[in-house]
Amino acid sequence: MSILIDESTRIMVQGLGRDGSFHAEQMKTYGTNIVAGVHPGKGGSSIHGFPVFNTAEEAVHETGAECTVIFVPAPFAADAILAGANAGAGLVVAVTEGIPVLDMSKIVRELNELGTCLVGPNCPGLISPEKSKVGIMPGGIFRKGSIGVISRSGTLTYEVVNQLTLAGYGQSTAIGMGGDPVVGMKYNDYLELFEEDRETELVVIVGEIGGTDEQDAATFVKDRISKPVVGYVVGRSAPPGKRMGHAGAIISGADSTVEAKVAFLRKKGIPVADTVEQIVDLVGDGLGGKN
Amino acid sequence: MKLEEFQAKKVFREYGIPVPDGTMVTTAEEARSAAEQIECPVVVKAQVQAGGRGKAGGVKLVKTPAEAYMAADSILGMDIKGFKVERLLVDPAVSIAGEYYVGITFDRRKKLPVMMVSASGGVDIEKVASETPEQIFFQEINPERGLRSFEAKQLAFQLFKDKKKALASASIMMKLWDCFHGIDASLVEINPLAELEDGSIIALDAKIVLDDNAMFKHPVMEEMRLPTPSEQKELDAKSHGLSYVQLDGNIGCMVNGAGLALATMDLIKHLGGSPANFLDIGGSSSPGKVIHAMELLISDSNVKAVFINVFGGITRCDDVANGLVAALQEIRTEIPLVIRLAGTNEEEGIRILSEFGITALKDMTEGAREAIRLAEEGGDS
Repeated sequence: MSILIDESTRIMVQGLGRDGSFHAEQMKTYGTNIVAGVHPGKGGSSIHGFPVFNTAEEAVHETGAECTVIFVPAPFAADAILAGANAGAGLVVAVTEGIPVLDMSKIVRELNELGTCLVGPNCPGLISPEKSKVGIMPGGIFRKGSIGVISRSGTLTYEVVNQLTLAGYGQSTAIGMGGDPVVGMKYNDYLELFEEDRETELVVIVGEIGGTDEQDAATFVKDRISKPVVGYVVGRSAPPGKRMGHAGAIISGADSTVEAKVAFLRKKGIPVADTVEQIVDLVGDGLGGKN
Repeated sequence: MKLEEFQAKKVFREYGIPVPDGTMVTTAEEARSAAEQIECPVVVKAQVQAGGRGKAGGVKLVKTPAEAYMAADSILGMDIKGFKVERLLVDPAVSIAGEYYVGITFDRRKKLPVMMVSASGGVDIEKVASETPEQIFFQEINPERGLRSFEAKQLAFQLFKDKKKALASASIMMKLWDCFHGIDASLVEINPLAELEDGSIIALDAKIVLDDNAMFKHPVMEEMRLPTPSEQKELDAKSHGLSYVQLDGNIGCMVNGAGLALATMDLIKHLGGSPANFLDIGGSSSPGKVIHAMELLISDSNVKAVFINVFGGITRCDDVANGLVAALQEIRTEIPLVIRLAGTNEEEGIRILSEFGITALKDMTEGAREAIRLAEEGGDS
C-alpha cells in the first residue's frame, strides 16, 4: 500500500519541454506507468515510448490516464491544470513554479467541485518508492518502507528522505505539497490518507516559516491521528517580511515563525527535530515507542 | 513587490477609489511649490515601504509653503526602519471625523481572498487582530464571482449606521476588490479609510503588495518598481534566476531549493556559525546561473567562506559542477569553498569537480562544519 499513487496508476505528462521531457524519461526509467504525454503541436508523435497528444482531453480519452503531472511554464500552467482536471484526471500534480496566487485560488475551487486532488503547485511531486514516481525527485535515494513524508519544500524533502533511507527507514509515500501561499492538498489531507494506509507506521512533516499550516496539522494530529508523527521546521535565520524563495515562506506575523510553530507542535505532543539528523533519531524513538 | 503610497494612490485613483489629490516630490523646493498649488494646510509624508512612519517623524502637518519646505528638508534623507527617505507625498490636509480599516488579502487556510474591515482604523491592524479580534469583520470572496454588492453592504453597515456613509464605503469596497483582482495583488489596504467632517469617505493611506508570480501579466506595474540598494541586489539576482536575501553573517551559502537553503542556514547557526545570506539557485540550473551566484556571494565583503550545498532533483549535479568549474575558471577568489553534492547525476558531478581538482563532500553536516572552520580561520587572518 501507499497513498495516491502506486505501480498501476496511469500517468500522463503535460508539457514536454527540456525539463518535462528529461523528467518524463527519469520517471519512466524509475518504473512509473506513463501512458501519455501532452504537448500542443507534438500530437501524433511519441517520446520515451509513450504517445503524445495535442490536448489533455484527447490523452485521457485515448489512454485512460488517471493522474497528470504538469511541467507547463507558469504563464500557461493554470490553464493546463484545468485542462487536465476537466479531462478527467483525478489527481493533478503541478510541478510548475510561479503560478499567480489569484489564479490558484480559482483553480483550487474548481478542482474541489470536480472532486480532483491537487498536489502543488511549485512542488517536486510525490513518490511511492519502488512503485511510482510522479515528479522530479531523484528516485535513487528512496526505499520502500513504512514512513510517510509530507513537506512544503523540494530539495529539503530529498535531504530528509536520504537520511531516513541511509538509516534503514524506507518510505510508503513521500510528498512535496508545494511552497506557494495557496496549494491544493495540505498536511491534513495527506495525514488523513496516511492514517488509513496500512503500510504507513509513522509520518514525518517537514515545515517552514510562513502561514500556519504546521499548527493546523498539529491540531489535526492531536484530534484525529493515532500514528506517531515527527516534525521539523526550517527558517530560524529568516528575517521578518522577507520572502525566502518560496512565495509562501515569509514571516508575516508572530504565528508564522519557526519558534511559534515548533512550540505549537510540541504543545500538541509532536516531537520536533532541530536538524535533519535528529529526524532520524526521533523516527527511531517514535517507532520504538510504538513497538 | 510593494508599491509606495503615492503609487498605490495612483492605482486606487484609476479604480475610482477616492484619495486626496496630492503630489509626489523629491526635493524641499518641490514640496514648497506643491504646497503653494494645493491649498494649505498640507501633510508631508515620507514615502518608504515601512509602517510606523508617523511615529518615526516621517509625517508632518504644516500650515504654510515655507513650513512645507522645512518639513520636507528634515524628512528627506531620514532613515525609517532601514529605508532612506528619497520621496515625499504632499497631500491636502483634511478634517477627520472617524478612521476605519479596509483590506483584502489571501486566507491561506481557506485558499481564498478575504476582505477585512474594522471600525478601529488608523492603527496597526495586527494589534487590533490580536487584542480585540471581535472588532474585525471578515468576508470570504469567491475569486471567480468577486465581491458582491450585498456582501460589501453587510460589511459597510458594520462600520456605519448612516445609510449614505455605508453605501459610499460599500462602493469603495467593491472598487477595492476590482483593484485587487485587476492587478493580481496579494494585499491591498486602506488604513485609514476616513470619514471626513463633511460626511464624505476617502482613502487617506494606500498600501498595495503585488504578487511577484503575476508580474508577467502586468508589465506596467513592473515599471513602477522603486528598489532600495539592497533590493536592487536581490532584483539583479532574480533576473539571473536566483533568489537572494542578504543577512549579516560570514558564511556565504549557495543552495538549490528554498527549503534546503533555510535548513542549511539553520544548520550553520545550530553548529555555532553565522550565515551571510539566503541564496536559492532554483531548479533548471545552468552554468551561467552558478557563475552569477558565485559573483554575488563574493561581492559581500563579510563572506569569509562559501558553502555550496546541492541536492539534485530538477537541478542536475553535473550542471552544477560544470557551472562551478566555469565560475572558478572565470572568477579568481581567495575565499575558501566547501562543496556538497548529492542526488541526480551526483557521480557525474563529483567526477567533473575532481577532474578540476575540487573535492566534493556528500554529507551536509560535515560540509557545514568545514565551512564554519574555514570562516573562523579567514576571520582571524
